[in-house]
Amino acid sequence: MTTEEQIPTLVTPEMEAQKGVWGEERVAPPIEASDIRKWAIASYWPDKPPRLYWDEEYAAGTRYGEIVAPQDFNPFAWPIERPPRVEGGSRQPGQRGMNGGQVETYGVPMRIGDVITSRTRLKGWNERTTSLGLTMFTETEIEWRNQRGEHVKTRISTGIRY
Amino acid sequence: MPVNVTFDSLNVGDSIPEWSRETDFMNWNRYAAVNDEFVYIHMDDEAGKAALNEQGAFGMGNLRYTYMLNALRDWLGDEAEIRECGLQYRARNQKHDVLTVTGTVTEKATENGENLVRLELNVVNQDGDSTSPGHAVVVLD
Repeated sequence: MTTEEQIPTLVTPEMEAQKGVWGEERVAPPIEASDIRKWAIASYWPDKPPRLYWDEEYAAGTRYGEIVAPQDFNPFAWPIERPPRVEGGSRQPGQRGMNGGQVETYGVPMRIGDVITSRTRLKGWNERTTSLGLTMFTETEIEWRNQRGEHVKTRISTGIRY
Repeated sequence: MPVNVTFDSLNVGDSIPEWSRETDFMNWNRYAAVNDEFVYIHMDDEAGKAALNEQGAFGMGNLRYTYMLNALRDWLGDEAEIRECGLQYRARNQKHDVLTVTGTVTEKATENGENLVRLELNVVNQDGDSTSPGHAVVVLD
């Protein structure tokens, strides 16, 4: 019997306690036009991004009436305070991980000056044996709202641990 | 390009225009810069190899998600509504891969007065390998 087969479960007591419980809210700095422009340039590179993301005059003629951010724009990038990062990950069974994917549902667009608040909770998990051995698929729910309390987006991220 | 596509103009089985990028450090580093996503496996070949990717550094999944949204936005137009989009990461984005977003209309429905179109999407590489099967729901007039 291998070490991996000896692990009965990857679910921890901490996970059981955290399931469904919203964590502390985070507040992003106000969104600036330059943030949106740079995001659009980077994500469309090497092509020119759509005018909606950088041309005020063009954007004023759209149904939004002003520049809005691409839907994948992340106002939480570049925080002053950040948790320590573990580089390279672990090679130990049960502690190896990867990004499984995500589903995002969108509400109102993000605009210049918006202040986005985020909250996160562990939604649930599914544990089963795969070709990787005992594998756990965790679902993390992240919800964003703007300063008016309007829903901006909900992301369900799937993390894979094995 | 406010809205390029209408609900009535689409049929189940229709394909969306393909959207491609050749990816390398020029794309990855720019994306890392705006998303603050500086992770050695995406920056350094030795780190990529240490993470059991023989070809070295590899691209970030989030950028593939961005490409999927870009493909939808370029097809639909600025003012069409993308309600939902999602994908799974099934394979790595290697340096110099040519990634292409593909999509097919799988369902049309009118619910609560909204015209919803569901699409099956994917990001395939230059060999035709699926790297990121996904889906989207868009709202059209």
